Amino acid sequence: MKRYLPFVIVAVIALATLGSGAMLYRTKRPQLLTIPEDKMLSGKSDAESMHIRGNPDAPVTLEEFGDFECPPCGNFAGFADALVKEYDPHLRIVFRNFPLKNHQHARDAALAAEAAGLQGRFWEMHDVLYREQAVWTKASNVRESFESYAGMIGLNIDQFRKDMDGEKAKARVDSDQERGHSVGVERTPTVFVNNRSLGPNDRTPEGLRAIVDAALKEKAATK
Amino acid sequence: MTLSRFRTILYTVAAIVSLAGLADATYLAVQALTGETLGCGGSPDCFRVLGSSYARVGGIPVALFGTLAYFSVFTFATFAAFGYVRARTFLILTVGAMFLATLWLLYVQAFLLHAYCRYCLFSAAITFLLAGLVIALPPSKDASVS
Repeated sequence: MKRYLPFVIVAVIALATLGSGAMLYRTKRPQLLTIPEDKMLSGKSDAESMHIRGNPDAPVTLEEFGDFECPPCGNFAGFADALVKEYDPHLRIVFRNFPLKNHQHARDAALAAEAAGLQGRFWEMHDVLYREQAVWTKASNVRESFESYAGMIGLNIDQFRKDMDGEKAKARVDSDQERGHSVGVERTPTVFVNNRSLGPNDRTPEGLRAIVDAALKEKAATK
Repeated sequence: MTLSRFRTILYTVAAIVSLAGLADATYLAVQALTGETLGCGGSPDCFRVLGSSYARVGGIPVALFGTLAYFSVFTFATFAAFGYVRARTFLILTVGAMFLATLWLLYVQAFLLHAYCRYCLFSAAITFLLAGLVIALPPSKDASVS
């Protein structure tokens, strides 16, 4: 019996590892979200309250809930922007602020982007914040960094300062977050293509291209 | 206590310690396979490390290699405790390779990513402990089962 004991022990541990791994996988497997009909975005009517990149009337909408302090959001922003250019005029991106509580400066960054938006430069600030993410997230005074970025993209700095602390920027960030919570967003980036969320492994250039192609085909078929 | 009994105890301790590493690596591997590490939600530093390009080799999560490595250590340590001489050699080789991989991963966290993931640090501690146990093993002269 002793001869077989090590084999039995190893087999038991192998089975226990596989079993617990499979159970954990089932628990952690992401639930794909669908935006309910009453919360779906329409075309032009919502345009004023959203930050849109690309053709506002595009048949495919990619709605991203992002956090400027989140590294995967930064990676995603890079290729999503390239994708909009590639699919122009068939794809638009809608950006929603979803600053996570455990990211110390994420809310301030969202406010900075919204303050820039009030001067018509949301996307410029969006791009700088992601590009310089590694710098400002480690800065001792993030406000100073945001103000220098505001200067870089040609904003009126005094107005930018006022807007960052103002109610309008706060209201926009809060409203984006509220929308996120109402459609089940918990993590960033959470990305919806025509109201259906992407799996984490679809958030690659190839995965996203396949999803956008499928959405375009679907749109063409329903016409 | 005889030398052979002391060795058996050390192999048994190594097998038990490797189970902690196995649990840690399995958790990280599952996180990577579900895509959880490709988004933010938990500790920012952990996600900076686990979501980085260094966390995958050829598209395969490093944690999955960790799972296999810890399982191998458990297997070899168990067989070594039961007197299988060849298992001792494999155990030393596996722990040595894991020690080198751990040094590389610590370097990546400290100097390239400037962020530490506590799960990875726990795994590093386990590997160092295993390396210490392997070094503490007295050289084997008696071969019971090969």
